[in-house]
Amino acid sequence: MSLRDFGPNELMFLLLATRWTIMLALIAFVGGGALGLVIAAARIAPARPLRWLALGYIQFFMGTPILIQLFMAYYGASLLGFRPDPWFAAALTFCLNAGAFFGEIFRGAITAIPKGQWEASATLGFRFLRTLRLVIIPQAMRLMLPPTVGFMAQIVKTTSVASLIGLTELARAATQVNTVTFQPVMVFGTVSVIYFALCWPLSLYAARLEGRLAGHVIRKPALPAA
Amino acid sequence: MQSTLQFGPILAHFDLLLLGLAYTFQLAVLSILFGTVIGVLGAVARSFGPRPLSWLVGAYVEIIRNTPLLIQLYFVFFSLPLFGLKLSSNMAAIVALSIHLGAYATEILRAGIASISQGQIEAAKALGLGPYRIIRHVVLAPAVRAVYPALTAQFILQLLGTSIVGAIAAEELTAIANNLVMQTFRSFEVYILIAVIYFALVQLASLVFAGIARLLFRWKSS
Repeated sequence: MSLRDFGPNELMFLLLATRWTIMLALIAFVGGGALGLVIAAARIAPARPLRWLALGYIQFFMGTPILIQLFMAYYGASLLGFRPDPWFAAALTFCLNAGAFFGEIFRGAITAIPKGQWEASATLGFRFLRTLRLVIIPQAMRLMLPPTVGFMAQIVKTTSVASLIGLTELARAATQVNTVTFQPVMVFGTVSVIYFALCWPLSLYAARLEGRLAGHVIRKPALPAA
Repeated sequence: MQSTLQFGPILAHFDLLLLGLAYTFQLAVLSILFGTVIGVLGAVARSFGPRPLSWLVGAYVEIIRNTPLLIQLYFVFFSLPLFGLKLSSNMAAIVALSIHLGAYATEILRAGIASISQGQIEAAKALGLGPYRIIRHVVLAPAVRAVYPALTAQFILQLLGTSIVGAIAAEELTAIANNLVMQTFRSFEVYILIAVIYFALVQLASLVFAGIARLLFRWKSS
């Protein structure tokens, strides 16, 4: 019935494909993180056109499916005369998309810093970017950290859609192995375990950071024993 | 080589787009409905159920939340037939999406339930309310109100998430888009148009959720 059984070779194939998942996630994390800082700054900048531009950017990337964004990058490249390359399209899309989400995460943390800090900086003669860099962001870091770590897990999971434009990462490797072995429970079970092993530590760490933060910043009443 | 954007050839297939839109809408509504039911049951079981049940629900939540939707979709679509459950891609998509949302809804509602103070439940008991009425009126109603923004944000993500079920040949909007690309060769234009449609859907959904909040909770939309 099937061409092959799910064995050590197939497991190895999946594990090797995992590095491309990790690679894409890292690119998205670094590129998206850098972009997110710019977006967050633009979102609260004194210049109104800049704020609108950033808002439009975020609305587009959060209001449409990442798969469509991926297809647009993949086929838009050919419109500009490129030969479409899945890696180029995927890296570009995931950076731009993560940039929007990071932008919102960072903005949330930045706006949580009391207004007095801005006013004090203005008194010292600091302009917008200088205040942001030297006064606001260092304080906002602690608030940014938990959702940032949590979003890393989100990125790892989302990279799976890159398989749909032909990038051979973990999800696509899984469909390939499934086609030759026809053991979907085994194949997708194994792949789920791999994704879980990548994401769960991040989720746990994010939850722990959040708990620590909640204990310090916002004093929440102790939860009733349920 | 394409040099200018042309939407004409795509709009000629407007009926196909409408079909895809209707299917996406149906997928989103049904999976949100089933997912929320799973979420309510899951959250109650996680909060008040016996320990093994609570633990089991916790495992479900963690597994689903830490694996990709696409893999869950593949798992359902390819595995269930082996157990004698013949599912169409349509059914598989609804099952996978509902299970997916169910885990997130469980966690969100559990957090809402955790924010209800124990005193409220004790007061309700003192008034002689039965467990069903306590859970329905004293626990769930204020819990839903507390987590409504998080819950509807998750619904919107679910709406966007339906776009990947084209991967198992379910004929929703994105799959229709891919068909249109093959027919018209105007790939970029098709995806721009589809992006606009999703965007409009998301804005519409946000408005509807804000309206529901205003009706249910007398909230001002933010």
